[in-house]
Amino acid sequence: MTKITFIQPDGESQTVEAENGLTVMEAAKLNDIAGIEAECGGACACATCHVYVDEAWRDKTGKAADMEEDMLDFAFDVREGSRLCCQIKITDALDGLVVRVPAKQF
Amino acid sequence: MMDTTPAGPETSDITEAAASSGPIETDALIIGAGPCGLFAVFELGLLDIKSHVVDILDRPGGQCAELYPEKPIYDVPALPVVTGQELTDRLMEQIKPFGPQFHFNERIDSLSREADGRFRLMTDAGTEFLAKVVVVAAGGGSFTPKRPPLNGIEEYEGKSVFYSVRKIETMRGHDIVIVGGGDSALDWTLNLAPVAKSLTLIHRRDEFRAAPHSVEKMRKLVEESTVRLLIGQVTGLEGANGKLSALDVKTASGTERIACTAMLPFFGLTMKLGPVADWGLNLHENLILVDTERFETNEHGIFAIGDINWYPGKLKLILSGFHEGALMAQAAHKIVYPDKKLLFQYTTSSSSLQKKLGVK
Repeated sequence: MTKITFIQPDGESQTVEAENGLTVMEAAKLNDIAGIEAECGGACACATCHVYVDEAWRDKTGKAADMEEDMLDFAFDVREGSRLCCQIKITDALDGLVVRVPAKQF
Repeated sequence: MMDTTPAGPETSDITEAAASSGPIETDALIIGAGPCGLFAVFELGLLDIKSHVVDILDRPGGQCAELYPEKPIYDVPALPVVTGQELTDRLMEQIKPFGPQFHFNERIDSLSREADGRFRLMTDAGTEFLAKVVVVAAGGGSFTPKRPPLNGIEEYEGKSVFYSVRKIETMRGHDIVIVGGGDSALDWTLNLAPVAKSLTLIHRRDEFRAAPHSVEKMRKLVEESTVRLLIGQVTGLEGANGKLSALDVKTASGTERIACTAMLPFFGLTMKLGPVADWGLNLHENLILVDTERFETNEHGIFAIGDINWYPGKLKLILSGFHEGALMAQAAHKIVYPDKKLLFQYTTSSSSLQKKLGVK
């Protein structure tokens, strides 16, 4: 099991354990993390699972692919480290991953 | 993909109903041209029930066409893999023998029951229907433009903030700001530049999803200083009484305030239940409650199938919606043909069903 921490805009943080192979979005939904809507169910088609990957983890999660970048155009307040978390697959390398939930999804 | 200007579909096979005066009389009125709405045409058609289909999008397919036309679906029986667009195309082919009439770019806004038991429905474009049965196959609801989560944006909508433009002339002389990087944003940049007092295109990055030739044209206008391209994100609105005067834009070098009297945000589409919520149908967490024998709502003659309905054990799967459509059609038959006994038949062996399907 891999640990992932979600930090809400108000600073509240929740650490969940997730199975490798799931996506960070799926881990969020399974654990009822607030602010991750994932309207399209993980098809990289809606930009409502937008998160900010903590700076220390950006090398490990990698960059958004082209299609994801296109979808990020539909997200609000996109920053350095913005990702759609349905596109981040959980592996051992991400044990301890920290992501921040934005103030608003669209 | 989720842009308001979709790629041109091949519509040659689609019969779009011509405008007519007076209400259109039909056996069934299907709301939603997604996979379940389309397959409902088939199941109803086998039982001699004719359908008109209304959809807010400009082409059939619903979410399959709008959200994931190129993405593979792996759980449609007998099709190990099929894309959203292929599934739509195949369904369109399958229902062709029944000659459904489509009304695209329209949304059913009102529904009421007539004295004779039929339903009167009206679209936002003024098309009126009289239907013996209504099938709500509206999926996640109707696609509506996404509203940027900017404080106070609601009070400017329709006055200074527009999600579509009906008449270019209304934009003449304005300080126009267009936000987005897809085809809608670029098309409107090109169309409105000649009438604008000033036009600023704001996008979060210097890359555009829009068609390359539109991007090229836009870059030329930027070079000529007809259009200003600003890489950044809108963070605030300034104005009073619904009239915008300026926008705050966060850019790499800080926050900039720019003049703006008309803003056009293009952030794609989202799904909203919409007017369906006001038709007196019993809901369960924003979904329409139905029984599992007929998939009928609490209103006799109004059915709901596919993602928009709920019953214990409901799964939002295309295949479940197909099943729901088949059972719905049996119940609809009793309403459309109250005096006819329905003989259960298979398409494999029934010559009368095969005749309807045009099998030679």
